[in-house]
Amino acid sequence: MAKGVWIITEQRYGNFRKITFELASTARKLADELGEDVCAILLGSGIEGIAGELGKYGVDKVYVADQPIFESYTTDAHAAAIVHLVNEHSPSILLFGASSQGKDLSAHLVGRLETGMATDCTDVKIVDGRLRAIRPMYAGKCFGEVAINTFPQMASLRPNVFPVVESAREAVIVKFDPGISPDQLKTRILEVRKTTNGKADLTEAAIVVSGGRGMKGPENYAVLEELAQLLGATVGASRAAVDAGWRPEADQVGQTGKVVSPDLYIACGISGATQHLAGMGTSKCIVAINKDPDAQIFVAADYGIVDDLFKFVPELTKEIKALIS
Amino acid sequence: MNLVACIKQVPNTDTTIRVKPDGSGIDETGIEWVMNPYDEFGVEEALKTKEKFGGAVTIVSLGPARAINAIRTALAMGADRAFHINDIVFNGADAYMTAKALAAVIKTIPYDIIFCGQRAIDDDSGQVGAILAALLDIPQMTVATKVDVEGNTIKVVRPVEGAELLIESHLPCVVTAHKGLNVPRFASLPGIMKARNKPVEVKDAAALGVSMNAKAQIFRMMPPSARPPGRIISGDDPAAKAKELTKMLREEAKAI
Repeated sequence: MAKGVWIITEQRYGNFRKITFELASTARKLADELGEDVCAILLGSGIEGIAGELGKYGVDKVYVADQPIFESYTTDAHAAAIVHLVNEHSPSILLFGASSQGKDLSAHLVGRLETGMATDCTDVKIVDGRLRAIRPMYAGKCFGEVAINTFPQMASLRPNVFPVVESAREAVIVKFDPGISPDQLKTRILEVRKTTNGKADLTEAAIVVSGGRGMKGPENYAVLEELAQLLGATVGASRAAVDAGWRPEADQVGQTGKVVSPDLYIACGISGATQHLAGMGTSKCIVAINKDPDAQIFVAADYGIVDDLFKFVPELTKEIKALIS
Repeated sequence: MNLVACIKQVPNTDTTIRVKPDGSGIDETGIEWVMNPYDEFGVEEALKTKEKFGGAVTIVSLGPARAINAIRTALAMGADRAFHINDIVFNGADAYMTAKALAAVIKTIPYDIIFCGQRAIDDDSGQVGAILAALLDIPQMTVATKVDVEGNTIKVVRPVEGAELLIESHLPCVVTAHKGLNVPRFASLPGIMKARNKPVEVKDAAALGVSMNAKAQIFRMMPPSARPPGRIISGDDPAAKAKELTKMLREEAKAI
Protein backbone atom coordinates (compact mmCIF):
# COMPACT_ATOMS: atom_id res chain seq x y z
CA MET A 1 0.00 0.00 0.00
CA ALA A 2 1.43 3.31 -1.08
CA LYS A 3 2.02 5.56 1.90
CA GLY A 4 3.59 8.89 2.80
CA VAL A 5 3.87 12.33 1.28
CA TRP A 6 7.29 12.83 -0.27
CA ILE A 7 8.95 15.96 -1.54
CA ILE A 8 11.87 16.38 -3.90
CA THR A 9 13.92 19.20 -2.40
CA GLU A 10 15.89 21.69 -4.42
CA GLN A 11 19.14 23.27 -3.33
CA ARG A 12 21.74 25.31 -5.10
CA TYR A 13 25.28 25.71 -3.78
CA GLY A 14 24.24 24.19 -0.47
CA ASN A 15 21.25 26.46 0.16
CA PHE A 16 17.68 25.29 -0.07
CA ARG A 17 15.61 27.18 -2.54
CA LYS A 18 12.44 28.74 -1.16
CA ILE A 19 10.27 26.33 -3.13
CA THR A 20 11.65 23.54 -0.95
CA PHE A 21 10.08 25.08 2.15
CA GLU A 22 6.85 25.65 0.24
CA LEU A 23 6.87 21.96 -0.68
CA ALA A 24 7.62 20.85 2.88
CA SER A 25 4.88 23.02 4.39
CA THR A 26 2.31 21.83 1.83
CA ALA A 27 3.34 18.19 2.27
CA ARG A 28 2.94 18.57 6.04
CA LYS A 29 -0.62 19.77 5.60
CA LEU A 30 -1.52 16.89 3.27
CA ALA A 31 0.22 14.33 5.50
CA ASP A 32 -1.65 15.54 8.58
CA GLU A 33 -4.94 15.02 6.76
CA LEU A 34 -3.86 11.52 5.81
CA GLY A 35 -2.25 10.73 9.16
CA GLU A 36 1.01 9.91 7.38
CA ASP A 37 4.63 11.08 7.42
CA VAL A 38 6.45 13.62 5.29
CA CYS A 39 9.67 12.38 3.73
CA ALA A 40 12.12 14.50 1.76
CA ILE A 41 14.76 13.54 -0.79
CA LEU A 42 17.92 15.64 -0.75
CA LEU A 43 20.49 15.17 -3.50
CA GLY A 44 23.72 17.10 -3.91
CA SER A 45 27.39 17.23 -3.12
CA GLY A 46 28.60 18.57 0.22
CA ILE A 47 25.02 19.21 1.33
CA GLU A 48 24.47 16.70 4.10
CA GLY A 49 24.71 19.43 6.74
CA ILE A 50 21.58 21.23 5.59
CA ALA A 51 19.25 18.20 5.82
CA GLY A 52 18.23 19.01 9.41
CA GLU A 53 16.77 22.40 8.38
CA LEU A 54 13.84 20.59 6.80
CA GLY A 55 12.51 19.52 10.21
CA LYS A 56 11.57 23.11 10.86
CA TYR A 57 8.99 22.96 8.07
CA GLY A 58 7.42 19.68 9.09
CA VAL A 59 9.57 17.00 7.45
CA ASP A 60 9.77 13.76 9.46
CA LYS A 61 12.50 12.00 7.54
CA VAL A 62 15.13 13.12 5.05
CA TYR A 63 16.79 10.71 2.62
CA VAL A 64 20.17 12.16 1.72
CA ALA A 65 22.55 11.14 -1.04
CA ASP A 66 25.61 13.38 -0.71
CA GLN A 67 27.79 12.41 -3.65
CA PRO A 68 29.85 14.19 -6.32
CA ILE A 69 27.58 12.78 -9.02
CA PHE A 70 24.80 15.07 -7.75
CA GLU A 71 27.00 18.19 -7.80
CA SER A 72 25.04 19.71 -10.67
CA TYR A 73 21.57 18.63 -11.60
CA THR A 74 21.26 16.08 -14.36
CA THR A 75 17.99 14.43 -15.28
CA ASP A 76 19.44 10.93 -15.19
CA ALA A 77 21.28 10.96 -11.85
CA HIS A 78 18.43 12.64 -9.99
CA ALA A 79 15.79 10.46 -11.63
CA ALA A 80 17.69 7.25 -10.89
CA ALA A 81 18.05 8.18 -7.20
CA ILE A 82 14.33 8.94 -6.92
CA VAL A 83 13.28 5.77 -8.77
CA HIS A 84 15.49 3.82 -6.34
CA LEU A 85 13.67 5.27 -3.32
CA VAL A 86 10.20 5.09 -4.84
CA ASN A 87 10.66 1.41 -5.61
CA GLU A 88 11.81 0.76 -2.08
CA HIS A 89 9.22 2.83 -0.19
CA SER A 90 6.16 3.22 -2.48
CA PRO A 91 5.19 6.77 -1.53
CA SER A 92 1.59 7.76 -2.05
CA ILE A 93 2.27 11.34 -3.11
CA LEU A 94 5.38 12.86 -4.68
CA LEU A 95 5.64 16.66 -4.81
CA PHE A 96 8.05 18.72 -6.90
CA GLY A 97 8.57 22.42 -7.45
CA ALA A 98 7.41 23.64 -10.85
CA SER A 99 10.86 25.18 -11.31
CA SER A 100 13.20 24.57 -14.24
CA GLN A 101 14.76 21.60 -12.50
CA GLY A 102 11.50 20.30 -11.04
CA LYS A 103 9.71 20.38 -14.39
CA ASP A 104 12.51 18.59 -16.23
CA LEU A 105 12.86 15.93 -13.54
CA SER A 106 9.20 15.32 -12.75
CA ALA A 107 8.12 14.94 -16.38
CA HIS A 108 10.90 12.40 -16.95
CA LEU A 109 9.78 10.47 -13.89
CA VAL A 110 6.21 10.28 -15.17
CA GLY A 111 7.66 8.17 -17.98
CA ARG A 112 9.99 6.16 -15.76
CA LEU A 113 7.43 5.47 -13.02
CA GLU A 114 4.52 5.14 -15.46
CA THR A 115 2.26 7.34 -13.44
CA GLY A 116 0.48 10.68 -13.83
CA MET A 117 1.22 14.21 -12.75
CA ALA A 118 -0.55 17.52 -12.33
CA THR A 119 1.87 20.28 -13.39
CA ASP A 120 2.27 23.76 -11.89
CA CYS A 121 -0.53 23.40 -9.32
CA THR A 122 -1.90 26.37 -7.40
CA ASP A 123 -3.76 24.25 -4.84
CA VAL A 124 -3.66 20.67 -3.60
CA LYS A 125 -5.94 18.86 -1.19
CA ILE A 126 -6.97 15.41 -0.08
CA VAL A 127 -10.35 14.02 -1.16
CA ASP A 128 -11.27 10.51 0.04
CA GLY A 129 -7.66 9.77 0.86
CA ARG A 130 -6.44 10.73 -2.60
CA LEU A 131 -4.65 13.75 -3.98
CA ARG A 132 -6.75 16.34 -5.77
CA ALA A 133 -4.84 19.09 -7.52
CA ILE A 134 -6.04 22.41 -8.92
CA ARG A 135 -3.99 23.75 -11.78
CA PRO A 136 -4.23 26.58 -14.28
CA MET A 137 -4.79 25.57 -17.90
CA TYR A 138 -4.77 27.73 -21.01
CA ALA A 139 -2.33 29.87 -19.02
CA GLY A 140 -4.85 30.54 -16.30
CA LYS A 141 -7.85 31.29 -18.51
CA CYS A 142 -9.41 28.31 -16.76
CA PHE A 143 -8.52 25.78 -14.07
CA GLY A 144 -8.64 22.01 -13.97
CA GLU A 145 -9.22 19.78 -10.98
CA VAL A 146 -7.01 16.76 -11.49
CA ALA A 147 -6.82 13.32 -9.89
CA ILE A 148 -4.03 10.80 -10.47
CA ASN A 149 -5.20 7.21 -10.90
CA THR A 150 -1.85 5.58 -10.15
CA PHE A 151 0.91 5.71 -7.51
CA PRO A 152 2.88 7.69 -6.76
CA GLN A 153 0.42 10.53 -7.33
CA MET A 154 2.67 13.27 -8.65
CA ALA A 155 2.21 17.02 -8.65
CA SER A 156 4.47 20.01 -9.16
CA LEU A 157 3.67 23.19 -7.27
CA ARG A 158 3.89 26.68 -8.71
CA PRO A 159 6.61 28.66 -6.88
CA ASN A 160 5.51 31.57 -4.65
CA VAL A 161 1.91 30.35 -4.32
CA PHE A 162 1.99 28.00 -1.33
CA PRO A 163 2.73 29.48 2.11
CA VAL A 164 5.81 28.53 4.10
CA VAL A 165 4.65 27.33 7.51
CA GLU A 166 6.93 26.41 10.37
CA SER A 167 6.09 23.18 12.17
CA ALA A 168 9.18 22.27 14.12
CA ARG A 169 10.23 18.69 14.62
CA GLU A 170 13.43 16.71 14.69
CA ALA A 171 13.88 15.24 11.23
CA VAL A 172 15.40 11.76 11.06
CA ILE A 173 18.24 11.74 8.56
CA VAL A 174 18.83 8.62 6.50
CA LYS A 175 21.78 8.37 4.15
CA PHE A 176 21.38 6.28 1.06
CA ASP A 177 23.47 5.28 -1.91
CA PRO A 178 21.54 4.85 -5.15
CA GLY A 179 24.67 3.39 -6.76
CA ILE A 180 24.72 5.53 -9.88
CA SER A 181 27.78 5.44 -12.11
CA PRO A 182 28.80 8.35 -14.36
CA ASP A 183 28.23 6.28 -17.50
CA GLN A 184 24.50 6.23 -16.72
CA LEU A 185 24.32 9.97 -17.35
CA LYS A 186 23.16 10.82 -20.85
CA THR A 187 23.81 14.57 -20.55
CA ARG A 188 26.69 16.67 -19.28
CA ILE A 189 26.69 20.30 -18.12
CA LEU A 190 29.55 22.06 -19.91
CA GLU A 191 28.99 25.54 -18.60
CA VAL A 192 26.80 27.60 -16.27
CA ARG A 193 26.47 31.26 -17.24
CA LYS A 194 24.81 33.54 -14.76
CA THR A 195 22.29 35.87 -16.33
CA THR A 196 20.62 37.97 -13.66
CA ASN A 197 23.40 39.94 -11.92
CA GLY A 198 22.19 38.81 -8.55
CA LYS A 199 18.54 39.76 -9.18
CA ALA A 200 15.86 37.18 -8.54
CA ASP A 201 14.56 35.37 -11.59
CA LEU A 202 11.15 36.62 -12.75
CA THR A 203 9.49 33.38 -11.67
CA GLU A 204 10.90 33.72 -8.15
CA ALA A 205 10.84 37.47 -7.61
CA ALA A 206 8.69 38.83 -4.77
CA ILE A 207 8.05 42.00 -6.78
CA VAL A 208 7.91 42.38 -10.56
CA VAL A 209 7.80 45.68 -12.43
CA SER A 210 6.77 45.13 -16.06
CA GLY A 211 6.63 47.40 -19.06
CA GLY A 212 4.71 47.00 -22.31
CA ARG A 213 4.07 48.82 -25.54
CA GLY A 214 3.46 52.04 -23.59
CA MET A 215 7.18 52.18 -22.79
CA LYS A 216 7.63 53.45 -26.36
CA GLY A 217 11.23 52.25 -26.66
CA PRO A 218 14.02 50.27 -25.01
CA GLU A 219 15.75 53.35 -23.56
CA ASN A 220 12.73 54.19 -21.41
CA TYR A 221 13.03 51.05 -19.31
CA ALA A 222 15.51 52.98 -17.17
CA VAL A 223 12.43 54.47 -15.47
CA LEU A 224 11.31 50.99 -14.45
CA GLU A 225 14.83 49.82 -13.60
CA GLU A 226 15.13 52.62 -11.07
CA LEU A 227 11.84 51.75 -9.39
CA ALA A 228 12.73 48.04 -9.46
CA GLN A 229 16.12 48.74 -7.92
CA LEU A 230 14.48 50.47 -4.95
CA LEU A 231 11.94 47.71 -4.43
CA GLY A 232 14.38 44.85 -4.97
CA ALA A 233 12.16 43.90 -7.89
CA THR A 234 12.85 42.18 -11.19
CA VAL A 235 11.87 43.87 -14.45
CA GLY A 236 9.57 42.01 -16.85
CA ALA A 237 7.97 42.83 -20.20
CA SER A 238 4.90 42.11 -22.27
CA ARG A 239 5.06 40.20 -25.54
CA ALA A 240 4.63 43.44 -27.47
CA ALA A 241 7.80 44.84 -25.89
CA VAL A 242 9.75 41.63 -26.50
CA ASP A 243 8.55 41.27 -30.08
CA ALA A 244 9.56 44.90 -30.70
CA GLY A 245 13.07 43.90 -29.61
CA TRP A 246 13.08 46.25 -26.61
CA ARG A 247 13.63 43.51 -24.04
CA PRO A 248 15.15 40.00 -24.17
CA GLU A 249 12.88 36.98 -24.55
CA ALA A 250 13.75 35.79 -21.04
CA ASP A 251 11.89 38.84 -19.68
CA GLN A 252 8.54 38.03 -21.28
CA VAL A 253 5.60 37.48 -18.96
CA GLY A 254 2.59 35.79 -20.51
CA GLN A 255 1.13 32.71 -22.12
CA THR A 256 4.13 32.27 -24.42
CA GLY A 257 6.59 33.56 -21.83
CA LYS A 258 7.00 33.14 -18.12
CA VAL A 259 4.25 32.62 -15.63
CA VAL A 260 4.92 34.73 -12.56
CA SER A 261 3.21 34.87 -9.21
CA PRO A 262 4.89 37.62 -7.17
CA ASP A 263 3.53 39.34 -4.05
CA LEU A 264 3.33 42.56 -6.07
CA TYR A 265 3.09 43.01 -9.84
CA ILE A 266 3.31 46.51 -11.26
CA ALA A 267 2.19 46.70 -14.91
CA CYS A 268 3.31 49.86 -16.69
CA GLY A 269 1.97 50.74 -20.11
CA ILE A 270 0.58 47.24 -20.58
CA SER A 271 -2.84 46.99 -22.22
CA GLY A 272 -3.65 43.64 -20.64
CA ALA A 273 -4.10 41.28 -23.57
CA THR A 274 -5.34 37.83 -22.49
CA GLN A 275 -1.85 36.61 -23.43
CA HIS A 276 -0.36 38.78 -20.70
CA LEU A 277 -3.07 38.40 -18.06
CA ALA A 278 -2.56 34.68 -18.34
CA GLY A 279 1.04 35.01 -17.22
CA MET A 280 0.53 37.16 -14.12
CA GLY A 281 -3.06 36.57 -13.02
CA THR A 282 -2.09 34.68 -9.86
CA SER A 283 0.01 37.59 -8.53
CA LYS A 284 -1.11 38.49 -5.03
CA CYS A 285 -1.39 42.23 -5.61
CA ILE A 286 -1.58 43.86 -9.04
CA VAL A 287 -1.02 47.54 -9.80
CA ALA A 288 -1.79 48.82 -13.29
CA ILE A 289 -0.56 52.11 -14.69
CA ASN A 290 -1.96 53.03 -18.09
CA LYS A 291 -3.18 56.24 -19.67
CA ASP A 292 -6.09 54.48 -21.39
CA PRO A 293 -8.93 54.22 -18.83
CA ASP A 294 -10.49 51.40 -20.87
CA ALA A 295 -7.36 49.25 -20.91
CA GLN A 296 -8.16 45.61 -20.12
CA ILE A 297 -5.38 45.51 -17.52
CA PHE A 298 -7.56 47.50 -15.09
CA VAL A 299 -9.97 44.56 -14.87
CA ALA A 300 -7.21 42.45 -13.33
CA ALA A 301 -5.76 45.21 -11.16
CA ASP A 302 -6.20 45.71 -7.41
CA TYR A 303 -5.05 49.30 -7.81
CA GLY A 304 -5.33 51.23 -11.04
CA ILE A 305 -3.73 54.51 -12.00
CA VAL A 306 -5.00 56.21 -15.14
CA ASP A 307 -2.07 58.39 -16.08
CA ASP A 308 0.95 58.79 -18.30
CA LEU A 309 3.45 56.34 -16.87
CA PHE A 310 6.32 58.72 -17.63
CA LYS A 311 4.74 61.27 -15.31
CA PHE A 312 3.50 58.83 -12.69
CA VAL A 313 6.31 56.29 -12.25
CA PRO A 314 9.00 58.87 -11.34
CA GLU A 315 6.61 60.22 -8.68
CA LEU A 316 6.05 56.71 -7.36
CA THR A 317 9.80 56.14 -7.28
CA LYS A 318 10.20 59.38 -5.32
CA GLU A 319 7.51 58.31 -2.82
CA ILE A 320 9.05 54.90 -2.29
CA LYS A 321 12.51 56.40 -1.91
CA ALA A 322 11.11 58.64 0.82
CA LEU A 323 9.43 55.69 2.48
CA ILE A 324 12.58 53.61 2.55
CA SER A 325 14.95 56.30 3.76
CA MET B 1 19.56 13.02 -40.65
CA ASN B 2 16.17 11.71 -39.52
CA LEU B 3 14.29 14.47 -37.80
CA VAL B 4 10.95 14.17 -36.08
CA ALA B 5 8.78 17.05 -34.87
CA CYS B 6 5.82 16.34 -32.61
CA ILE B 7 3.07 18.91 -32.87
CA LYS B 8 -0.27 19.67 -31.26
CA GLN B 9 -3.13 21.79 -32.47
CA VAL B 10 -4.30 24.30 -29.84
CA PRO B 11 -6.56 27.36 -29.59
CA ASN B 12 -4.67 30.48 -30.61
CA THR B 13 -3.40 32.69 -27.79
CA ASP B 14 -6.04 35.41 -28.31
CA THR B 15 -8.86 32.94 -27.70
CA THR B 16 -11.27 33.61 -24.88
CA ILE B 17 -11.67 30.27 -23.14
CA ARG B 18 -15.19 29.39 -21.99
CA VAL B 19 -15.70 26.42 -19.73
CA LYS B 20 -18.80 24.33 -20.47
CA PRO B 21 -21.47 24.76 -17.77
CA ASP B 22 -21.06 21.13 -16.67
CA GLY B 23 -17.28 21.59 -16.27
CA SER B 24 -16.56 18.70 -18.63
CA GLY B 25 -14.28 20.75 -20.87
CA ILE B 26 -14.10 23.94 -22.85
CA ASP B 27 -16.64 25.18 -25.34
CA GLU B 28 -14.93 24.84 -28.72
CA THR B 29 -17.42 27.00 -30.60
CA GLY B 30 -15.71 29.68 -32.62
CA ILE B 31 -12.18 28.75 -31.57
CA GLU B 32 -9.44 29.41 -34.08
CA TRP B 33 -7.08 26.44 -34.01
CA VAL B 34 -3.37 26.81 -34.67
CA MET B 35 -0.17 24.85 -34.27
CA ASN B 36 1.11 25.20 -30.69
CA PRO B 37 3.63 28.09 -30.86
CA TYR B 38 6.35 26.12 -29.06
CA ASP B 39 5.88 23.24 -31.53
CA GLU B 40 6.44 25.72 -34.36
CA PHE B 41 9.89 26.42 -32.92
CA GLY B 42 10.48 22.65 -32.95
CA VAL B 43 9.35 22.28 -36.57
CA GLU B 44 11.52 25.23 -37.61
CA GLU B 45 14.58 23.77 -35.87
CA ALA B 46 13.97 20.40 -37.52
CA LEU B 47 13.78 22.11 -40.92
CA LYS B 48 16.95 24.12 -40.26
CA THR B 49 18.77 20.96 -39.17
CA LYS B 50 17.63 19.19 -42.32
CA GLU B 51 18.84 22.11 -44.46
CA LYS B 52 22.25 21.81 -42.84
CA PHE B 53 22.72 18.06 -42.84
CA GLY B 54 20.19 16.70 -45.32
CA GLY B 55 17.60 14.08 -44.46
CA ALA B 56 13.90 14.28 -43.83
CA VAL B 57 11.49 15.80 -41.35
CA THR B 58 8.59 13.67 -40.13
CA ILE B 59 5.66 15.26 -38.28
CA VAL B 60 3.81 13.26 -35.63
CA SER B 61 0.62 14.59 -34.11
CA LEU B 62 -2.10 13.22 -31.87
CA GLY B 63 -5.43 14.92 -32.23
CA PRO B 64 -8.92 14.77 -33.70
CA ALA B 65 -9.73 15.24 -37.40
CA ARG B 66 -9.25 19.04 -37.22
CA ALA B 67 -5.56 18.53 -36.26
CA ILE B 68 -4.87 17.82 -39.94
CA ASN B 69 -4.77 21.59 -40.46
CA ALA B 70 -1.82 21.98 -38.10
CA ILE B 71 -0.16 19.00 -39.77
CA ARG B 72 -0.66 20.57 -43.21
CA THR B 73 0.85 23.81 -41.91
CA ALA B 74 3.98 21.92 -40.82
CA LEU B 75 4.16 20.20 -44.20
CA ALA B 76 3.70 23.55 -45.93
CA MET B 77 6.60 24.94 -43.90
CA GLY B 78 8.70 22.19 -45.48
CA ALA B 79 8.31 18.95 -43.52
CA ASP B 80 8.29 15.83 -45.68
CA ARG B 81 5.65 13.53 -44.30
CA ALA B 82 3.38 13.07 -41.32
CA PHE B 83 1.64 10.64 -39.04
CA HIS B 84 -1.72 11.66 -37.63
CA ILE B 85 -2.79 9.65 -34.59
CA ASN B 86 -6.55 10.03 -34.60
CA ASP B 87 -8.75 7.79 -32.49
CA ILE B 88 -11.70 8.71 -30.33
CA VAL B 89 -10.36 6.45 -27.55
CA PHE B 90 -7.57 9.00 -27.04
CA ASN B 91 -10.03 11.71 -25.99
CA GLY B 92 -8.90 12.73 -22.54
CA ALA B 93 -5.39 11.40 -23.10
CA ASP B 94 -3.00 12.77 -20.47
CA ALA B 95 0.67 13.52 -21.05
CA TYR B 96 1.71 9.92 -20.37
CA MET B 97 -0.80 8.51 -22.81
CA THR B 98 0.05 11.08 -25.46
CA ALA B 99 3.76 10.29 -25.17
CA LYS B 100 2.99 6.57 -25.29
CA ALA B 101 1.07 6.98 -28.55
CA LEU B 102 3.73 9.25 -30.08
CA ALA B 103 6.43 6.76 -29.03
CA ALA B 104 4.51 3.92 -30.70
CA VAL B 105 4.74 5.74 -34.03
CA ILE B 106 8.30 6.97 -33.57
CA LYS B 107 9.55 3.46 -32.74
CA THR B 108 8.55 2.39 -36.25
CA ILE B 109 10.68 5.03 -38.02
CA PRO B 110 14.35 6.00 -37.90
CA TYR B 111 15.06 9.04 -35.71
CA ASP B 112 18.11 11.11 -34.71
CA ILE B 113 16.49 14.13 -33.08
CA ILE B 114 12.89 14.38 -31.89
CA PHE B 115 11.72 17.97 -31.45
CA CYS B 116 8.74 18.85 -29.26
CA GLY B 117 7.49 22.17 -27.97
CA GLN B 118 8.54 22.66 -24.35
CA ARG B 119 4.85 22.82 -23.49
CA ALA B 120 1.50 23.13 -25.22
CA ILE B 121 -0.34 26.34 -24.47
CA ASP B 122 -3.66 24.57 -23.93
CA ASP B 123 -3.09 22.11 -21.08
CA ASP B 124 0.26 23.70 -20.11
CA SER B 125 1.53 20.32 -18.90
CA GLY B 126 5.03 20.51 -20.35
CA GLN B 127 5.56 16.80 -19.86
CA VAL B 128 5.29 15.02 -23.20
CA GLY B 129 8.84 15.56 -24.50
CA ALA B 130 10.48 14.30 -21.32
CA ILE B 131 8.13 11.31 -21.01
CA LEU B 132 8.90 10.45 -24.63
CA ALA B 133 12.63 10.52 -23.85
CA ALA B 134 12.06 8.28 -20.82
CA LEU B 135 9.95 5.81 -22.82
CA LEU B 136 12.50 5.66 -25.64
CA ASP B 137 15.40 5.64 -23.15
CA ILE B 138 17.22 8.47 -24.91
CA PRO B 139 18.58 11.80 -23.60
CA GLN B 140 16.24 14.72 -22.99
CA MET B 141 17.32 18.30 -23.51
CA THR B 142 14.36 20.36 -22.39
CA VAL B 143 13.52 24.04 -22.88
CA ALA B 144 16.26 24.72 -25.43
CA THR B 145 16.97 28.22 -26.75
CA LYS B 146 19.92 27.16 -28.92
CA VAL B 147 20.80 23.87 -30.57
CA ASP B 148 24.13 22.91 -32.16
CA VAL B 149 24.68 19.54 -33.77
CA GLU B 150 28.06 18.22 -34.78
CA GLY B 151 28.35 14.60 -35.84
CA ASN B 152 26.80 12.56 -33.10
CA THR B 153 27.13 15.32 -30.51
CA ILE B 154 24.48 17.85 -29.63
CA LYS B 155 24.82 20.95 -27.47
CA VAL B 156 21.88 23.00 -26.28
CA VAL B 157 21.46 26.15 -24.23
CA ARG B 158 18.81 25.91 -21.54
CA PRO B 159 17.72 28.90 -19.45
CA VAL B 160 17.12 28.15 -15.76
CA GLU B 161 16.43 30.52 -12.87
CA GLY B 162 19.15 33.14 -12.99
CA ALA B 163 21.47 31.25 -15.35
CA GLU B 164 21.91 29.60 -18.71
CA LEU B 165 23.25 26.09 -18.96
CA LEU B 166 25.23 24.72 -21.85
CA ILE B 167 24.42 21.01 -21.98
CA GLU B 168 26.01 18.34 -24.12
CA SER B 169 24.60 15.01 -25.14
CA HIS B 170 24.47 12.60 -28.05
CA LEU B 171 22.01 11.51 -30.70
CA PRO B 172 19.41 10.18 -30.77
CA CYS B 173 17.71 12.50 -28.30
CA VAL B 174 14.63 14.58 -27.55
CA VAL B 175 14.88 18.38 -27.66
CA THR B 176 12.02 20.53 -26.39
CA ALA B 177 11.91 23.96 -28.01
CA HIS B 178 11.53 27.26 -26.18
CA LYS B 179 10.87 30.77 -27.42
CA GLY B 180 14.11 32.30 -28.66
CA LEU B 181 15.34 29.15 -30.38
CA ASN B 182 14.49 30.53 -33.82
CA VAL B 183 11.89 32.46 -35.77
CA PRO B 184 9.54 30.01 -37.48
CA ARG B 185 9.11 30.55 -41.20
CA PHE B 186 5.72 31.17 -42.73
CA ALA B 187 4.35 28.60 -45.11
CA SER B 188 4.86 29.90 -48.65
CA LEU B 189 2.17 29.57 -51.29
CA PRO B 190 4.13 26.94 -53.25
CA GLY B 191 4.76 25.24 -49.90
CA ILE B 192 1.03 25.12 -49.24
CA MET B 193 0.39 23.68 -52.72
CA LYS B 194 3.08 21.03 -52.26
CA ALA B 195 1.82 20.11 -48.80
CA ARG B 196 -1.42 18.82 -50.31
CA ASN B 197 0.43 15.95 -51.94
CA LYS B 198 2.70 15.04 -49.07
CA PRO B 199 1.92 11.72 -47.39
CA VAL B 200 -0.07 11.75 -44.13
CA GLU B 201 -0.61 8.34 -42.55
CA VAL B 202 -3.51 8.13 -40.14
CA LYS B 203 -3.07 5.71 -37.23
CA ASP B 204 -5.62 4.54 -34.72
CA ALA B 205 -5.02 2.87 -31.36
CA ALA B 206 -5.34 -0.62 -32.84
CA ALA B 207 -2.77 0.12 -35.55
CA LEU B 208 -0.35 1.36 -32.89
CA GLY B 209 -1.04 -1.54 -30.54
CA VAL B 210 -1.63 0.94 -27.74
CA SER B 211 -4.65 0.93 -25.47
CA MET B 212 -5.93 4.00 -23.68
CA ASN B 213 -4.54 4.08 -20.17
CA ALA B 214 -4.45 7.66 -18.90
CA LYS B 215 -2.94 8.16 -15.46
CA ALA B 216 -4.04 11.72 -14.81
CA GLN B 217 -7.69 12.58 -15.08
CA ILE B 218 -9.35 15.97 -15.18
CA PHE B 219 -12.33 15.81 -12.83
CA ARG B 220 -13.76 19.11 -13.86
CA MET B 221 -12.76 22.41 -15.34
CA MET B 222 -13.60 25.77 -13.85
CA PRO B 223 -13.35 29.39 -14.87
CA PRO B 224 -10.82 31.34 -12.79
CA SER B 225 -12.29 32.71 -9.58
CA ALA B 226 -12.96 36.39 -10.13
CA ARG B 227 -10.60 38.78 -8.39
CA PRO B 228 -12.39 41.21 -6.12
CA PRO B 229 -12.90 44.43 -8.08
CA GLY B 230 -9.94 46.76 -7.91
CA ARG B 231 -9.82 50.41 -7.08
CA ILE B 232 -8.92 53.26 -9.39
CA ILE B 233 -6.87 55.89 -7.62
CA SER B 234 -8.09 59.01 -9.36
CA GLY B 235 -7.00 62.60 -9.48
CA ASP B 236 -5.03 64.93 -11.71
CA ASP B 237 -1.84 65.18 -9.75
CA PRO B 238 0.58 62.29 -10.33
CA ALA B 239 2.44 63.09 -7.10
CA ALA B 240 -0.73 62.89 -4.99
CA LYS B 241 -1.71 59.62 -6.64
CA ALA B 242 1.76 58.20 -6.05
CA LYS B 243 1.46 59.10 -2.38
CA GLU B 244 -1.96 57.46 -2.15
CA LEU B 245 -0.80 54.29 -3.94
CA THR B 246 2.29 53.97 -1.75
CA LYS B 247 0.07 54.25 1.32
CA MET B 248 -2.32 51.59 0.01
CA LEU B 249 0.50 49.22 -0.87
CA ARG B 250 2.06 49.71 2.51
CA GLU B 251 -0.96 49.69 4.81
CA GLU B 252 -3.70 47.82 2.98
CA ALA B 253 -2.00 45.34 0.64
CA LYS B 254 1.13 45.09 2.82
CA ALA B 255 3.00 44.49 -0.42
CA ILE B 256 5.95 46.81 0.22
